[in-house]
Amino acid sequence: MQSPTLDRRGFLGAAGAGSFVFAFHIPFEAQAQAAPGNLPPEVNAWVVVRPDDTVVIRIARSEMGQGTLTGLAQLVAEELECDWARVTTEYPTPGQNLARNRVWGSFSTGGSRGIRESHDYVRKGGAAARLMLVQAAAQGWGVPTADCRTQAGVISHPASGRRTTYGQVAAAAARLAPPDAATITLKDPKAWHLAGKPLKRLDTRDKLTGAQVYGMDLSLPGMLNAAIRQCPVFGGKLKSFDAAAIAARPGVKKVLAVGDQAVAVVADTWWRAKTALDALPVVWDEGEHARASSEAFAQVMRAALDAEQAAAGHVAGDAKAALAGAARTLEAVYSVPHQNHATMETMNATARWTPERCEVWTPTQNGEAALAAAAEAAGLPPAKCEVYKLHLGGGFGRRGAVHDWVTQAVQIARQLPGTPVKLIWSREEDMTHGRYHPATMCRLRAGLDDQGRLQALHMRLAGQSIMAGIFPQNVRNGLDPVAFQGLNAGGAEGALGYKVPHLLIDHAIRNPHVPPGFWRGVNLNQNAIYLECFIDEIAHAARQDPLALRRTLLAGSPRHLAVLEAVAAKAGWGRPAPDVNGQKVHRGLAQIMGFGSYVAACAEVSVSAAGDLTIHRIVAATDCGHAVNPQQIEAQVEGSFAYGLSAALYGACTVKNGRIEQENFNTYPVMMMDKMPKVETLVMPSGGFWGGVGEPTIAVAAPAVLNAIFAATGIRIRELPLSRHSLKRA
Amino acid sequence: MPTLHVNGTPRTHDAEPDTPLLWVLREQLGLTGTKYGCGIAQCGACTVHIDGEAVRSCTRPVSTVEPGAKVVTIEGLSKDGSHPLQKAWAELDVPQCGFCQCGMIMTAAALLKNRPRPTDQDIDQAMTNVCRCGTYNRVRAAIKLAAQPGR
Repeated sequence: MQSPTLDRRGFLGAAGAGSFVFAFHIPFEAQAQAAPGNLPPEVNAWVVVRPDDTVVIRIARSEMGQGTLTGLAQLVAEELECDWARVTTEYPTPGQNLARNRVWGSFSTGGSRGIRESHDYVRKGGAAARLMLVQAAAQGWGVPTADCRTQAGVISHPASGRRTTYGQVAAAAARLAPPDAATITLKDPKAWHLAGKPLKRLDTRDKLTGAQVYGMDLSLPGMLNAAIRQCPVFGGKLKSFDAAAIAARPGVKKVLAVGDQAVAVVADTWWRAKTALDALPVVWDEGEHARASSEAFAQVMRAALDAEQAAAGHVAGDAKAALAGAARTLEAVYSVPHQNHATMETMNATARWTPERCEVWTPTQNGEAALAAAAEAAGLPPAKCEVYKLHLGGGFGRRGAVHDWVTQAVQIARQLPGTPVKLIWSREEDMTHGRYHPATMCRLRAGLDDQGRLQALHMRLAGQSIMAGIFPQNVRNGLDPVAFQGLNAGGAEGALGYKVPHLLIDHAIRNPHVPPGFWRGVNLNQNAIYLECFIDEIAHAARQDPLALRRTLLAGSPRHLAVLEAVAAKAGWGRPAPDVNGQKVHRGLAQIMGFGSYVAACAEVSVSAAGDLTIHRIVAATDCGHAVNPQQIEAQVEGSFAYGLSAALYGACTVKNGRIEQENFNTYPVMMMDKMPKVETLVMPSGGFWGGVGEPTIAVAAPAVLNAIFAATGIRIRELPLSRHSLKRA
Repeated sequence: MPTLHVNGTPRTHDAEPDTPLLWVLREQLGLTGTKYGCGIAQCGACTVHIDGEAVRSCTRPVSTVEPGAKVVTIEGLSKDGSHPLQKAWAELDVPQCGFCQCGMIMTAAALLKNRPRPTDQDIDQAMTNVCRCGTYNRVRAAIKLAAQPGR
């Protein structure tokens, strides 16, 4: 990546004199427009070729560790036929996207959508650029383009032996009319030689030397630093603060209200701002939720398990009648608590505001949403605002849909016109003012016939709706369309693989005052826990092997079944696992489909008599249709287990007196090296579709481990996290 | 003005004595490779070396760093990213978001100094840094790779 520039024209400079930009109409039929400033003539742009043959590939989505920067570049480079060793990348800005009719499409980086939603138009970007480069060379030689070949940035005409490079014809190519995107034929993925390969990431080097600039690291001339304290109770208000009490502290420049819910100290350094803020007397109006607690909300959810009104998300047959007439029924209630994203880099943004213009530098998963938040807080039209995306120290969904920290940074900067101010949240603010993975509960009822076959299943989901909290307009008639991820009758976002004759999956929305967010894996996480643990319960109750039962129920869902069979085979399901350090090792299975991909896991655990859990090994499989970078998929799958198991083992954000109790990693522990299992990843792209990889496997982490724990101990954990329970056996 | 010996150079600063070393490095000396993650010595993102020992700089008051002590940050670990750990990290494509990785590398460098051939148990005990992306297995592999003879 280019280093973040302090000059708002820096981006233009990166593509400036001597560079040529290829363009064509994607993905929204954008009209040709002159770009602002002194850019080369361009219509829209994914590829820049410099005279020295360096290729700059523009990436609209944000890199936050998931590897999308490299994966998207591979897709463009594959079609471009450029020299991978000379590829660099850069982010176009949200303001440029807006000014140019959203030529780069969506900037949103979430839902494991980076590649699966943009693969077609980014590949066409590369393909169109290649066609123009070849055409330029062919015209120069006076030969038909069809007689020319390209390889690694070199264009050749075999009949005459002539050769040139992309850099040499780039200027001429840039003057050509772009080809009609509809006429571009993309390569068959079977012919890929860059995409589909386990290439190394493009963004590693600076991360090893400290040179990588994250949002928190930005420094601008004349910049001040701000620390913020928000009302500890969500929805509460700032009543008053005693600025005079800290005015004389070193470095303090200003103490100011931020909106009606927060107060900030601006100082020359962040540490001085933070320590002054710690000493600032503040009075809050904690509002109507000052007595709220997780226990009280759990009672609300429990009551909702019996509510008459619930939105049905998946219905087959008549589950209630079938349950009433079943030879045998089984029932269980599961629950998951709130989780914080706990990105390693806390929320931060730098803003500079004048009456004419507002600029923001921030790590964001969605530059356009950040721009919208900045413009609103700035009181300026978006065209007079700009957002410069910086590298993210983790995202996991926290930095996507809601940009509360950007709003605050601009609110602060407005009170110091012309001065850039960097707002950094302390870890304590970050932990207690997140956008939390929702707390939910689920009651499952199964009806078996006299042969022990599953005839009816009712899943009643109860609890918090992310949509209701963030995009309430998407909730219609009480139905949250993403609440049923993994449980839907069909569709890419998560189709239930099991065929049950009588099925009812419904959702009774109950929202606490805790703000929800999209947390890596979103609703697939708890839905997979509920479903896959209960399927395991059914298998044991019916005295069936958990794999055999799933095989029966997945008979009509070959892709779901294929990943499950793969992990079972690789793990050695059906044969005893070898003991480790004298401890018996037990296995558990889980599968689910979500974010367009099919995933499964087999966990191997042992539990000592004293109740100490060791997760030895996870075998995970993912069928994401097309695998753009298999070694990055492995990294994502491994990482997803660290994230999912952190939540399952330890993670809980609990509410007391209206506020989140956990303030740092000492009370919100996460998985560390000593607990990380070995992960064996099976990348099984079956072709024909594009699925995501950042999120789906998180969902199978917890249920596979919980099912293995049951196999080891006979203890069924239904209320997470695991740390609330003892696995000690009498 | 107080002086710190950082990456081989004496550097002055005007921080209050109780300012954590982390914020002196980041805000006064411009060495932002050392990260703020938690502020309570839980996550290790702020790890630096003081006289060769791994130290969590977020809770270390700058005034308690002895005048003659040698502070090394990630920027000073090698001139050009050529420390065996940095090379191993690159070879195995370890980082994801990367925010914790400088702290990881600094912790691992101190480990290798004390234990040139660390066991898994040594690694577990030393590497108590938090990585939310979940790079742990590659971190472990990279430490072992860097510890191989000849590297």
